[in-house]
Amino acid sequence: MARTISFTEATLEAMREEMRRDPTVFLMGEDIAKQGGIFGQFKGLPDEFGIERVRDTPISEAALVGAGVGAALAGMRPVVDMHFADFITCSMDELVNQAAKLRYMFGEQCTVPLTLRAPDGITKSAGAQHSQSLENWFVHTPGLEVVIPANARDAKGLLKSAIRSNNPTLYFEHKALFPRKGEVPDDDDFVIPFGKAETMREGGDATIITYGITVGRALEAAETLERDERIAVRVVNLRSLWPLDYDAIADAVAATHRVVVAHEAVRVGGVGGEIAAFIAEHCFDDLDAPVIRLGAAHVPVPFAPVLQEAMYPKAPAIAAACRDLVRKVR
Amino acid sequence: MTHTLTPDAPLADSEISLATALLQMMIRVRVLEEGIERHFLAGEIPGFAHLSIGQEAVAAGVCAALRRDDYIASTHRGHGHTLAKGTAMRAMVAELFARADGVCRGKGGSMHIADFSVGMLGANGVVAGGFGLVVGAALAARLRKTDQVAVCFFGDGATNRGPFHENLNLAAIWNLPALFVLENNHYASTTATSETMKIEDVAIRADGYGIPSQIVDGFDALAVYYGTGEAVERARRGDGPTFIECKTYRVRGHYIGDPERYRTKGEVDAHKSDDPIVRLQARLGSNLSQRDFEGLWEAAKSEFADALAFARASAQPEAGEAFRGAYEGDRDPETPHGAFAVREEAAF
Repeated sequence: MARTISFTEATLEAMREEMRRDPTVFLMGEDIAKQGGIFGQFKGLPDEFGIERVRDTPISEAALVGAGVGAALAGMRPVVDMHFADFITCSMDELVNQAAKLRYMFGEQCTVPLTLRAPDGITKSAGAQHSQSLENWFVHTPGLEVVIPANARDAKGLLKSAIRSNNPTLYFEHKALFPRKGEVPDDDDFVIPFGKAETMREGGDATIITYGITVGRALEAAETLERDERIAVRVVNLRSLWPLDYDAIADAVAATHRVVVAHEAVRVGGVGGEIAAFIAEHCFDDLDAPVIRLGAAHVPVPFAPVLQEAMYPKAPAIAAACRDLVRKVR
Repeated sequence: MTHTLTPDAPLADSEISLATALLQMMIRVRVLEEGIERHFLAGEIPGFAHLSIGQEAVAAGVCAALRRDDYIASTHRGHGHTLAKGTAMRAMVAELFARADGVCRGKGGSMHIADFSVGMLGANGVVAGGFGLVVGAALAARLRKTDQVAVCFFGDGATNRGPFHENLNLAAIWNLPALFVLENNHYASTTATSETMKIEDVAIRADGYGIPSQIVDGFDALAVYYGTGEAVERARRGDGPTFIECKTYRVRGHYIGDPERYRTKGEVDAHKSDDPIVRLQARLGSNLSQRDFEGLWEAAKSEFADALAFARASAQPEAGEAFRGAYEGDRDPETPHGAFAVREEAAF
């Protein structure tokens, strides 16, 4: 059985279930206990779990992430909310030099079961310092796991897996996804394993490899192409960027021979480059055309709505890329 | 702010075994570090190593006031803290020699040595890197309702970094069982503290966060022990964190091989009488015979000789180790992390 609930409610269910299941899970961040989180994503949690386990904090990102790492080393499973993903930059040492490295550097004496929740992405003219998608920095950093839900189902299953993971995990949740509704299985133990992509839609002419909010844009593009031009496009939702499901990528290339990689993060130096390079190295003979990468322009996210909407890929751009690929070889 | 002064009065009978134990620990640290210096200069120890010679009273005094299950986080100058918290010298020397039997399997080295079996959460290659770890460990103790305390060792240089301020504030508002132990050795790497801050007593910074502080003679292991004991008791009672400034001096350079162009030999020599081992031996006076004092040195030297032999006999890590250990699961090829580790290994 499944129910239709919002992405926000799906994350709340994940938090509630994991906090009930494991007394070492606790949550801290700015404006979460009394205010319920800036997107309402923590509403009601203090009522059930108390303000010791759902902690309001000062605006001290370095201390929050650092203390999250310390608590994780000492046997807890902290979930730290970053308020906006952009503010991870204030805790880079704690994340990159501490959380990511301690297990390896200390010869596996410890685990760091820390989850960072980081609302990211472009929405509502939030401007250059509240709109970024920074996931590729952390895919590049050995020792971290990076997951990005595309819908309510992912939101719940990936968050539960993140909390249960003994590796430090970044959970990027796009701000514009919080109110969106979707189907979520009725199962307290529903989790989505890391490193397993999901094929959201079948199609033999091309594949869009994507994740996060861009999955919805890719599905919209695929539906338009199918309906208007009889171009059948597979859509692969990666869900987890590290570990990355290289097998699903290779399978998609073998099946469709044409690939568009799309994300909202800046294209230059983005995760799409890793995927395109992997395909070039390992799947070259399966390709009928060069891989196309789509991502935001290499500029800060602008404030003016008309400028903001001009600089990242949405359904029409994704559809156009697929169309170009298919026409090249037909 | 309270000042714990060094009493010149003779030791009470009850203090003699404590003082002897502190002296023994300081001698073990000194012998270990002099050995590290020799074998580093001989090319047997790769990487960087930073010595705490002259500062041993802090490591010995603080750790003697802790339980095995209390936590500490250390600095890049952390050999003394590690040994004093209870790590075996064999495991330490093997780690510095980058061997498979090192306490971190040869993946940490001097600057990133840790021993979770004794609550030692790691030396840290990042100045001020330990504050968050300690505040988090103290928070964990609170949430799990244990009476453990967590101690952060740091230098004067670390107090000019943001995490110092953020974490002291967090520990204060949450009344956490944390101790902040400053080893003010008067140098941040090669720059004198007088050039990096406008205050003489760094402890006044704790006032700004509502954290009580002590200033302790950091050459006096007993004074450090008593100051720490008070702070530990406060923390275990649930009365929150304490800041302890230990005034000390770094006799060696910032790192082994430091040409020390930033200070005169005269300045270093002026601190010779501050040697914490000399000072505590003098305090013990006739309570410790010259023969027993020499016995402490001999025992430490044979402990080091044994650790050295152990390290030299230990194997180098296998090359496959380079690709594993970052993630739980990466030793199992059936997991995504393990499958990737296999792929990475095959690429070399």
